[in-house]
Amino acid sequence: MLEVKNLRLAYGLHRALDAVALNVNSGEIVTILGANGAGKTSLLKAIAGVVRTLPGKQVRLAGRDISALPAHEIVESGLALVPEGRGIFGDLTVKENLLLGANPKRARDGETARREQVLELFPRLRERAAQIARTMSGGEQQMLAVGRALMSNPDILLLDEPSLGLSPAMVQELFATLRRVREAGVGLLLVEQNAQESLGIADRGYVLENGVIVGHGSADQLKSDPAVQRAYLGGGLPAAAPSS
Amino acid sequence: MSPEGGTPVLEVDGLRRAFGGLVAVNDLGFAVAQGEIMGLLGPNGSGKTTALNLMSGVLRPDTGTIRLMGRDIAGLASYRIARLGLARTFQLVRMLDGMDCRENIKAGLAFQKPHLPAAEAEVRIDTLLDRVGLAGHDRRPAADLTYIDRKRLELARALAAKPLLLLLDEWLAGLNPSELMIGIDLIRSLKADGITIVLVEHVMNAVRALCDRCVVMSSGRKIVEGPTADVLNDAAVVKAYLGGVAADA
Repeated sequence: MLEVKNLRLAYGLHRALDAVALNVNSGEIVTILGANGAGKTSLLKAIAGVVRTLPGKQVRLAGRDISALPAHEIVESGLALVPEGRGIFGDLTVKENLLLGANPKRARDGETARREQVLELFPRLRERAAQIARTMSGGEQQMLAVGRALMSNPDILLLDEPSLGLSPAMVQELFATLRRVREAGVGLLLVEQNAQESLGIADRGYVLENGVIVGHGSADQLKSDPAVQRAYLGGGLPAAAPSS
Repeated sequence: MSPEGGTPVLEVDGLRRAFGGLVAVNDLGFAVAQGEIMGLLGPNGSGKTTALNLMSGVLRPDTGTIRLMGRDIAGLASYRIARLGLARTFQLVRMLDGMDCRENIKAGLAFQKPHLPAAEAEVRIDTLLDRVGLAGHDRRPAADLTYIDRKRLELARALAAKPLLLLLDEWLAGLNPSELMIGIDLIRSLKADGITIVLVEHVMNAVRALCDRCVVMSSGRKIVEGPTADVLNDAAVVKAYLGGVAADA
């Protein structure tokens, strides 16, 4: 579904991503593991077209070359990003933010039904539909960012730390929803600081180090890989795995 | 309600703040003892950050008292509250990105009274950078820092005020497991220095590792208060907040 080849990105002299290749199929959750600064956020932004990459990349979505498209046309073609730091429209209401999420042509037909799904997922957004978004709590704004991306009816959904700031119960709800989104045939590319949790719902994962993919495997393989455990899963603290 | 022994560093009573028809904080009361780490927990939108905003003077309460070392600070301007010994960090870190680490902390020192002589300020900045693990990074622009280093810098800026009480709003959110251990050790070392801390946090491992007691809010009200282990096993808390995550996971 999503195929990325030779993705390269530099900030000045600093090479943030080098020859990254990955793919995400319909109906699977793929996670990117890596330390802070490894390039995970840059990778998602580069795929979504919101940062300028070095020449030579190939990004194909459902067989179509989207490498040269601007960000808004990438959304039209079926790829949505939940950015780090929420990026909601603070002065608009919750409902308006969701409506904007459904702006791509591909999303307009099913808008009402999809909004109902989003509001079912986050009942708080229903209660707060008329509220100005910036006046909501941080966690509520995060829910809105995820909900808005879902409104675009994506085939591929990129999520940059969607659980940030959410309560433990809400994180479980969110992860349960991501599973349902997967079941509906959407492919998800997920970045989460808590690798244990993301491997808990992912089918596959890539390991990113200093902008280079250094490992790839099924979630189960990665979970039991000693190098991955040392680097990303932490030794001292038992991580709270989501009970599925 | 009061923790045993000593004058509380912070005593909140009958605190209320509404936004239009929404009562974000409703009759909130608790006390935090000297040297304690108190966790402030609750579902998203339960009023935790609003409570911190009321304590730090970002917002004025409708009613209620907030006593810092016995003095009512409710409704004071935030800079006055900061001078009285209360410092805080924010959910989304906002540093002065065009400036380096040294200058960012200098900004924190600049508004204090009495002013530090310049030479002393430079020494103090070095101490603060070292304190949070940023020694040697003083000339790095804040914009170039990794996420955890930005968190460290924000903490150093807060510590520049020599706070008696430190409010941390999801300071550990977004850290990976190894960074989380570093962050927990750092907060624990602040407690060892005698700083009293109120911690708003969703990272349960950190709450278990750090908090002596917890207050749990829901819809603006306090629903449970007590020692951390008891609170996290409380049926109402598990239902409203933790979901299926067992307290001993």
